[in-house]
Amino acid sequence: MTQSPYAVMFLTFFKVGLFTFGGGYAMVPIIRREVVERLKWATDEEFLDMLAVAQASPGPVAVNTSILVGAKVAGHAGSAVALAGTVLPSFLVILAIAAVFDTVRSFRLAEAAFSGIRPAVAALVLSAAYGLGSRALKTPTDAAVAVAAFLCLLLLRWHPAAVILAAGAYSLLADGLRSGRKAGER
Amino acid sequence: MPIWAELFASFFKIGLFTFGGGYAMIPLIQREIIEAHGWLTMEQFVDMVAIAEITPGPIAVNCATLVGFRLAGFWGSALATLGVVSPSSIVVTLLAAVLGRTRNVPRLETFFRGVRPAVVSMIAYAGYSVARSALTDARSVAIMVTALVLLTRARVHPILLLVLAGVAGALVF
Repeated sequence: MTQSPYAVMFLTFFKVGLFTFGGGYAMVPIIRREVVERLKWATDEEFLDMLAVAQASPGPVAVNTSILVGAKVAGHAGSAVALAGTVLPSFLVILAIAAVFDTVRSFRLAEAAFSGIRPAVAALVLSAAYGLGSRALKTPTDAAVAVAAFLCLLLLRWHPAAVILAAGAYSLLADGLRSGRKAGER
Repeated sequence: MPIWAELFASFFKIGLFTFGGGYAMIPLIQREIIEAHGWLTMEQFVDMVAIAEITPGPIAVNCATLVGFRLAGFWGSALATLGVVSPSSIVVTLLAAVLGRTRNVPRLETFFRGVRPAVVSMIAYAGYSVARSALTDARSVAIMVTALVLLTRARVHPILLLVLAGVAGALVF
């Protein structure tokens, strides 16, 4: 039996969405295995290019990657099918949990368990910040931007979107001044 | 604005400005969902992050579905989820078209060189906010310190860590 490419794509991304826990980045190697090795929809190099675009775009990396793979294989309809496949499993699982979330949370034992889980969530987020920080902050300028952004969030209560835009704008401005100076020296 | 339209608009904004994965989204959700609309308390939100961590799928999608369902049932969750993935679909498609033609866009790279350190701050600030709401007494501080040691020294898997923390919480609280 030959399956339509849309069905294969939907099932592939549904499987990826269903079996990856712990956020978007965990999905990327599994998407690669399915798309590059099993289905041969893209070469390794093409996949890396897609990943670069996915990381430079806003939103979950796994969602962005699936949209790009879908578009490459079958255009706009392909990206819609791949997106639906990726999002649907977590949507359905969370829908089931959401229906009982408040009830479960009101039990004495569950309340105690969550009181223990919350500090662990703090630890997860802090260690993620440390991990990313030690990789992404390469120069003193990077560190200065990071400190300034943190203070804008904490003390000036800037909207996070404003912080993102300001950091990007600063980088463009500094780069423009640098190349301007270089042109002036010549 | 009807609640479903507000949900869609808020999560569209969250999807549009989330760079660098799930945790970087926490300050945005905090601002939009907790502070601007009062749709959740910080505690309920931290519990949702924990649930998002132990269920499949991207954290942004999980949070949108949960918040949407709490506020407006099935259609609320559908619209919040659609809202959070819509900016991705639009931007990725446009960006892929542009990059397909020119191969590299130096200005975009420069922009992201500046954004990357800010994403680190975004996650650090998220950690600070979550810790402030989670650390209520000496027991919770002890759990956080233990969790940090387990994560960095023993490289315990996040799901296992949350399960262990839940058991510890049930025993000591």
